[in-house]
Amino acid sequence: VRPRPPAWLLYRIQPLLAPNTFYGRLAEWLERSRGRYRIFAAAEKTVKNEIFGCRMCGQCTLPVTGYACPMTCPKQLRNGPCGGVGSDGSCEVYPDQRCVWLVACERADDNGRIADLQLLQRPIDYRGWGQSSWVNYWSGRDDDLWTTGDGPAPAIERRAPAAGPR
Amino acid sequence: MTSAPSSLRSSLESAQTTVTAEVGPPRGADPGAVRRKVEPLRGWVDAVNIPDGQSAHVRMSNWAGSLLALDAGVEPVMQVTCRDRNRIALQSDLMSAAALGIPNVVLMTGDHPRFGDHPDAKPVFDLDGVQLVWTARTMRDEGRLLSGRKLDPPPSWLIGAVENPFAPPVRFRAARLGKKAAAGADFVQTQFVFDVPAFTRWMADVRDLGLDRRCKILAGVGPVRSLRALEFMSNNIPGLWIPDDIGRRLRGVPAGRVADEGLTICVEIIQQILQIPGVSGVHVMAPGFEHGIPEVLARAGLARAALDQPGQAEPATAGTASSTRAAGITGAGGGSRHAH
Repeated sequence: VRPRPPAWLLYRIQPLLAPNTFYGRLAEWLERSRGRYRIFAAAEKTVKNEIFGCRMCGQCTLPVTGYACPMTCPKQLRNGPCGGVGSDGSCEVYPDQRCVWLVACERADDNGRIADLQLLQRPIDYRGWGQSSWVNYWSGRDDDLWTTGDGPAPAIERRAPAAGPR
Repeated sequence: MTSAPSSLRSSLESAQTTVTAEVGPPRGADPGAVRRKVEPLRGWVDAVNIPDGQSAHVRMSNWAGSLLALDAGVEPVMQVTCRDRNRIALQSDLMSAAALGIPNVVLMTGDHPRFGDHPDAKPVFDLDGVQLVWTARTMRDEGRLLSGRKLDPPPSWLIGAVENPFAPPVRFRAARLGKKAAAGADFVQTQFVFDVPAFTRWMADVRDLGLDRRCKILAGVGPVRSLRALEFMSNNIPGLWIPDDIGRRLRGVPAGRVADEGLTICVEIIQQILQIPGVSGVHVMAPGFEHGIPEVLARAGLARAALDQPGQAEPATAGTASSTRAAGITGAGGGSRHAH
């Protein structure tokens, strides 16, 4: 059953991955060599797939979804559960599984982070599939994956294309 | 603005109870099938929803059904799902709907193909329901596509969304409507309401968040007309279950009176729902029983004074932008439209 680690632990660890000068340089260094980048992305895939069922969308939203991956939803919904969740909390497509958004709501709520789920998640960039979302995060490409939705007209477009190397 | 003005919008902005109804498009090439379902509803409803491959089954397209409804003199609400189209096709279809004079759209994620008649199909889900509403609002209000390119002229449809107040996580369902309102939904149509107390609780959350003022709420209703339908709806429609007391009532009457009891229950539910503050109206879903919708509405006290209905409109497909504009629906509540 994914995600394995408790959400509080992941919220604790998250600051250790926050962008800084070191990570920025690491991201640049990785992107300069196709070989290095591939090895790093493969390692990220192995770790995150084991922990979260990561699909390598390259645009990681885990920190604001209670560390439950929305890309494991059969409809890959980025903005919350669909209307087909069973009364027992089962996924409408795979009834033997629990709705991942229900898991996300519970994990976020238990950690006082339910407001995260109100963020409007912008459409993902299909070109980002297979990329390292850590590299994208550190290089600032993922800064505008979501918006608070406050104000009359939140912009849906992302500023920068997420087209890094593969 | 290219699409005709929406009389659904006028109704939602007025104090009257708004009524919409779902009309299931046919599986077949007979345009009369839509006309026969739509015509009895003229004067009874503000608009008819035309689904987009309802329950992931192949049917006549949402836009074709919508044009046939226009032709039959009732304003359509074109439903669009994210199941079968990527963002290029979705935006093209939305733009086309506006050009053809379809004044309302309801946007949703849609059922997964696994439940439909082609479970082997590729699910698309390039956008989700919230993002599709957001896209439509950007097209209409900012005059832009997702690419940033300009739309000239921009569409003007009324934008609707859907919500299921009863599916877990129930506590956060009102907040989820909040996301859709923030993304740009002008109105929402809900899943079937059978559990009125649960719906009342959801409406209280909706009012607490002030959403009923930003987004008009139409409660989904419909009659259960047989024990087989009860079984089917309980087991086969994702996110829908029917409280035991309704099942007990339906099983408690002689076989010949189940349909009538189902109608009575539906009428009672409508009357209870309309007492809840913040509810703007009802959305009646009665697949295969569209002709019975006027009876449901009449018994619920929602009959209207006969509206002035001009004769048969011509197909709307021939309208250019200017003639479409000139031929728009005029009077509030008048459901007919001509294209020359």
